[in-house]
Amino acid sequence: MHDAKAQTYEEIMKPFTVHRGRVAPLDRVNVDTDQIIPKQFLKRIEKTGFGQFLFYDWRFGADGTKNPDFVLHEPRFDGASVLVAGRNFGCGSSREHAVWALADFGFRAVISSSFADIFANNSTKNGFLAVQLGEDEVADLMRRADSIDDYQLAVDLEKCEVRDDRGFRAKFSVDEFVRHCLLNGLDDIGLTLQHEAEIAAYEAGHPAPTALQASRQ
Amino acid sequence: MAEKKTLFEKIWDAHLVAEPAGRSSILYIDLHLVHEVTSPQAFDGLRAAGRKVRQPSRTVATVDHNIPTEPRGTPITDLIAAKQIAALQSNCREFGVRLFDMDSPEQGIVHVIGPELGLTQPGMTIVCGDSHTSTHGAFGALAFGIGTSEVEHVLATQCLAQQKPKTMKIDVRGRLAEGVGAKDLTLGIIGQIGTDGATGHVIEYVGPAVRALSMEGRMTLCNMSIEAGARAGMVAPDETTIAYVKGKRFAPQGAEWEKAVAYWRTLPSDDGAAFDKVIEIDAAQLSPFVTWGTNPGMVAPVTGRVPEINGMKETDRRAFELALQYMGLDPGKRIEEIGIDRVFIGSCTNSRIEDLRAAARVAKGHHVSPKVRAMVVPGSQAVKRAAEQEGLHRIFQEAGFEWRESGCSMCLGMNPDILQPGERCASTSNRNFEGRQGRGGRTHLVSPMMAAAAAIAGHFTDIRDWEFQ
Repeated sequence: MHDAKAQTYEEIMKPFTVHRGRVAPLDRVNVDTDQIIPKQFLKRIEKTGFGQFLFYDWRFGADGTKNPDFVLHEPRFDGASVLVAGRNFGCGSSREHAVWALADFGFRAVISSSFADIFANNSTKNGFLAVQLGEDEVADLMRRADSIDDYQLAVDLEKCEVRDDRGFRAKFSVDEFVRHCLLNGLDDIGLTLQHEAEIAAYEAGHPAPTALQASRQ
Repeated sequence: MAEKKTLFEKIWDAHLVAEPAGRSSILYIDLHLVHEVTSPQAFDGLRAAGRKVRQPSRTVATVDHNIPTEPRGTPITDLIAAKQIAALQSNCREFGVRLFDMDSPEQGIVHVIGPELGLTQPGMTIVCGDSHTSTHGAFGALAFGIGTSEVEHVLATQCLAQQKPKTMKIDVRGRLAEGVGAKDLTLGIIGQIGTDGATGHVIEYVGPAVRALSMEGRMTLCNMSIEAGARAGMVAPDETTIAYVKGKRFAPQGAEWEKAVAYWRTLPSDDGAAFDKVIEIDAAQLSPFVTWGTNPGMVAPVTGRVPEINGMKETDRRAFELALQYMGLDPGKRIEEIGIDRVFIGSCTNSRIEDLRAAARVAKGHHVSPKVRAMVVPGSQAVKRAAEQEGLHRIFQEAGFEWRESGCSMCLGMNPDILQPGERCASTSNRNFEGRQGRGGRTHLVSPMMAAAAAIAGHFTDIRDWEFQ
């Protein structure tokens, strides 16, 4: 079993500033949320404990035995906390369980050349970073992670850059407000509720449809 | 002269609550649909923070994802699923949210019941913790899927903090040929632009072929927008839309109806409104499609073949090889020679009455191949009742199809309806991802007519040559 540290919900909500950790390469494009966390594990009613099911069908055989060939089971990637993957990572369903599983397994960031919108959105709510770099940069990182022993990257949200200590350095862009929230671990429900007066004013002008206001079943 | 706006921009602007400097816009949400799988942690979050559901009357829940499709009243043997359903029931009671429960005559797939109850209306903002919320865009609503954190956000505030997406116009010229439907249109589009072709964009579908679609067809089209990576898909409201909504249970009535319709007529994109991206599709060039790979962009005409590997880029080649390995297919294999074991007619993509009529028309007077197990899962109890009134269930049953209760069923296999490893399925659902319908299961996405024909033939066959009885 991978010895990555399981995170509690409170830890997931911690601010993200700079993270340095071992890199694991997942050389696949279009990694969909059904692969990240198969549906049979979506029935839990908690946010925690999903890490054991991460990439389940790739990590384990039909009889539950470990697939030693899967990249995250290679001892050299033990404890990896940065995942590098091919384009369109996180496509498919809206299940936030995908982000919870990655975070619970011990990852703090995924680097890819593109992300599905809902996955990227879900990431920001969990102190988890979806870092978008160019295709050539991702390919370079994939090669480095695969060929360099204990390859480590720093993912720096303060400077908006990814770097190693061997000369790799790439800038990434992130929405300024999202960055602000992540750096400070802000609760965005609280931020929206700062607009209570505006919401109430909007609602005064836009009441719920009459039929919906009628007594509920 | 006033600024020219798209349908999307009109709805977006009409729902802006606040635009704080340097922050995401605060967008008001008219309708929040809730189901059992993506909501329990959101309700927990509310409880932990001591918050209420801000607008229970704008929040509607049902159970669909993990309920069995065996006759209602059969005990749920999956205890974890039962616990999740019980959690939704108690959360709805505690927070005062309307729930169409398992035994309700209104129960069904959330994206089927919203429209059929008239909850879904043009001009609305609609969200749900489910990516196929894009379905509701068929009514000229801005509808998109959200994660559980955002479900909690909407429950607590009736708003979402959003960055404005880009716009994409998909102009479908000409007419779809007989036997080529909305499902083929969407598979053709995804095959052309790819599964990330619309990432970051809201699609508006325009053109005569889109106008000619029924509401059911438009829902199929918008439903699969997410499979092209789009944030949402939309079709501007017109007479077809208005006729569909009129008289539905939660539709406006009397003076409210007149006022609503007058507003809906202002929603279509202004002539000359600018889109960030424009794509043109020639409807006449489209055929019935079948996916051969492990994402909805891996698609071929039924008369075609699994592609050859020559000339592919390195990364594409690797994805291609993995897909064919998983699917147990060789390059160059004729699509019509692919034999199947299972057929699933259902899902939020294709389980509405028109879909079932189309499939029944194909099935009538034929019999399912002895090597195929085929099931029909209506999208809702209302669809099931309507189909039974028309006698469709008898056509299916006489042809050897199973006739089930409503739910998401084998689209995602969260309930007991799953494929066995290696089984090959012709499915009217929306995702052919590895293991989507059951570990090791091989999914081919098709239209309801193509699925019914495959069930009978035992392999894919061109519906344009079908002998209707």
